[in-house]
Amino acid sequence: MIQGIPLEHFLIVSTIMFFIGVCGFIIRRNLITMLMAIELILNSVNINFVVFNRYLYPDQLQGHFFSLFIVGIAAAEASVAIALIINIYRKLQNIDVENVNELRF
Amino acid sequence: MNVFLFYLFSGIILICSLLTITTRKILRAAVYLLCVLLATAGLYFMLNYQFMAAVQLTLYAGGIVVLIIFSILLTSHISHRFKHPDLVKLIMGVSTAVVGAGLVIATLLSHSFQAGSAPELPVDMTVIGTQLLSTEKNGYVLPFELISILLLAAMIAAIVIAKKDKNKNSEI
Repeated sequence: MIQGIPLEHFLIVSTIMFFIGVCGFIIRRNLITMLMAIELILNSVNINFVVFNRYLYPDQLQGHFFSLFIVGIAAAEASVAIALIINIYRKLQNIDVENVNELRF
Repeated sequence: MNVFLFYLFSGIILICSLLTITTRKILRAAVYLLCVLLATAGLYFMLNYQFMAAVQLTLYAGGIVVLIIFSILLTSHISHRFKHPDLVKLIMGVSTAVVGAGLVIATLLSHSFQAGSAPELPVDMTVIGTQLLSTEKNGYVLPFELISILLLAAMIAAIVIAKKDKNKNSEI
C-alpha cells in the first residue's frame, strides 16, 4: 500500500471514471466512441480490484488475477466489436448507432 | 513524492477520461484514452504490481488502442467533427452519471474499510506463474483455461465476421 493515501481516494477516482464512462456511453452516437466508453468502465473496475487486493488482503492475489482476466476479456471484446463495426461500415457507409436498427444477415 | 505522484496520475485519469467523452474529434478521443490507460499503468506500478502494469501497457495501451485507431482510420474521416448531442440525451446522461456517482461515493465514504494487517506478498513472476497454473488452494487454472478458449473463439469470430464476402462485390 502507498503511505499517506487512504483506500477511499482510489475508490473515488475509479467511481468518477466509471460514471464518466457511463455518461459517454449514453451521450455518444458513434460506435467507436461508445466502445471507448466501455473500455473506460472496464479500466475503472480493474483499478478497484487491484486496490482492494493491495489494501485489504495483501497476502493474497485474487484481485490481481481477476484484473488480469478482465484485461483478457476486454481484448477479446474489443476485437470482436471492431470486426462488427467494420462490417457495419461496409454495409451502411457510416457507424452511427441510429442506423444500426436492423440486424439482418 | 508518492502522494504527489498519486494525485498527478489521478488528475490525468479524470481530466483525460472527461476529454475522451467530450472531444469532438474521434482521433483525439483515442489519444486521450491512451493517456488514461498509461496513467492507470502508473497507478499499478505505484501499488507494486509490476506484472499487472506491464500487462496494462502491452495489452491495453499497446493492443486495444492501436486496434481502435486502426478502425477509426478505416471508418471515419479525420477532419470529421461530431455534432453536439441532443439536449435530452445530454441531460439524461449527465444526470445519470452525477446521481450514480454521488450515491456510490456517499456509500463508500460511510463504510469503514479495515485494512488487512497481513504482511505483503511479494508479487514476482514465480508466485504469479505458480498460482495461475495450480489446481490447489489459491490456484486459478480453471479461469486460465476458460480465457484461453474465449480468446480462441474471439479470434475465429473476428476473422469470420470481418471477412469480405466473395459473392457480393462491395466497393470498400
